[in-house]
Amino acid sequence: MTTMNHKGDFPIYETHPGMVYLDHAATSHKPDIVTRRTESYYKTSNSSPHRGAYLLSVKSTELYDRGRKEVLDFLGADERYSTVFTKNATEALNLIAQTHVMENVKAGDEICVSIDAHHSVIVPLQLVAKRKGAILKYLYLDRTGTFENDAITAKTKILALPWISNGLGKIHDVKALLKRAHDVGAVVILDGAQAIGHIPIDFAELDVDFFTFSGHKMYAPQGIGGLVAKKELLEAMPPFLTGGDMIEYVTEQTTTYAGVPERFEAGTQNVAGVVGLMAAIDYIKSYGLTKIHEHEMALTSYALEKLKALPFIEIYGPEDISKRGALITFNVEGIHPHDVASLLDEKWVSIRAGHHCTQPLMKHLELSASCRVSYGFYNTIEDIDKFVDAVKYAREVFGYVDVY
Amino acid sequence: MSMYTETIMWHNQSGHNKRPLEGATHVERGNNPNCGDDLSLEVTLENGVIKDAAFSGSGCAISQASISIMIDLIKDKAVMDAKKICDAYLSMVKGESVSEEMVDALEDAQIFEGLSKMPARVKCGTLGWHCLKTVINQL
Ligand SMILES: Cc1ncc(COP(=O)(O)O)c(C=O)c1O
Repeated sequence: MTTMNHKGDFPIYETHPGMVYLDHAATSHKPDIVTRRTESYYKTSNSSPHRGAYLLSVKSTELYDRGRKEVLDFLGADERYSTVFTKNATEALNLIAQTHVMENVKAGDEICVSIDAHHSVIVPLQLVAKRKGAILKYLYLDRTGTFENDAITAKTKILALPWISNGLGKIHDVKALLKRAHDVGAVVILDGAQAIGHIPIDFAELDVDFFTFSGHKMYAPQGIGGLVAKKELLEAMPPFLTGGDMIEYVTEQTTTYAGVPERFEAGTQNVAGVVGLMAAIDYIKSYGLTKIHEHEMALTSYALEKLKALPFIEIYGPEDISKRGALITFNVEGIHPHDVASLLDEKWVSIRAGHHCTQPLMKHLELSASCRVSYGFYNTIEDIDKFVDAVKYAREVFGYVDVY
Repeated sequence: MSMYTETIMWHNQSGHNKRPLEGATHVERGNNPNCGDDLSLEVTLENGVIKDAAFSGSGCAISQASISIMIDLIKDKAVMDAKKICDAYLSMVKGESVSEEMVDALEDAQIFEGLSKMPARVKCGTLGWHCLKTVINQL
């Protein structure tokens, strides 16, 4: 049981004190430190990075470049790695697909994707596989998040998977999967969107190739995200978007490109986003990921206990709570997930219903939709209680008389 | 105000319009891949009049109640009148203004006016109506 309450750090709760926000996996709310520092950037340091010789441009360049280093430190990534900023995880995943994968995968090669991958992983890889005549294979999971097959073979060139699945809540055994893929010479695309800001991450213990994330799911502003990758992989990659800033020399007919990571960042970048991202990292560090993860595990364990006591709830994802991230997907017998979400909204409880951008997973699990609660550091035991009460209310509206 | 009024819950549960329709002249299937609503509207047309209508399939309460209320409304109506009702309904849920006369004609379907403020649910509440529109437009 946890009695922590950090809503006071988040100004949104001043505006909406009664809100029970349980859609953190879609996007997180922002702590005061993030909104303040972002505003302060515009008031004190706003300028175009990398382009001017004057004071403010130097300042915004410094802030932007410091952001790369802070992301690396936050993930425990050493000098073998580099940060490339993008607007979100989706853009980072498209970047990898269009450059590394496009360049390295040939006809007949295999790209292996975990079936619980987000559409932002699957769709870009589908496009490349089609273009190159490569074969897209899947690692299948059952409703408890257990793998059903092993599709990794000697022909596998790419393995792509979420660190934590946003449709099942499963924390994958990333270390073992990285090893399995590296043993056959494959490169791994690890989608960290639901892991960053939730569990301690230490690249030093792993051999990560590509890691992608979105700032807005880890208390930072919307519009900033990125990838962290081995420099040796980045060095070998052609550009993605092209234009200003990513060049070295441009002549009428030819261009030479900037080095890594600038080569992958075309146009004026989101410095305020990077400032907000650094503030979010500071916020997370001020409590520490161990404490944040413990708090979220306590919420998971409490919510599971409450939900399991209701016979009309079907829960998906691992039984073993240590294999669960900060989200639970479920269905309420007799009520369509969209009706559940709308009825919970009447009680100011915000949850997600639908396919969670994982249609292939839902199809495989033979589910048309599910409900999802997901949470962050600001959520409390009381939020879970209000959520469970709202689920009971939904059953009442649908005419069920439940005895608990 | 709750969208889940007694009328909607009654239509969702009664199932009086959810039945096979022998001798249907038109069948139109509609689905929302986003949430898995998958309903088929069956209609029997005779001399430009909707003699009977029913639906089958599965979906959320909003989608099922809305198609069921629609069926009650359009039964025994001339196709042209059904079309007017259908257009008025689709305007209403988009938040567009609808004449008082047409609002009255929508009867129980007026309950769905609130959908104009629930963008995530508009597709549920219009699924059956789009099936009807397709049937009419094909004539
Ligand atoms: C696991 C996972 N990967 C990728 C994404 C894509 O993130 P974004 O929409 O911020 O690009 C999301 C969130 O929607 C996600 O949950």
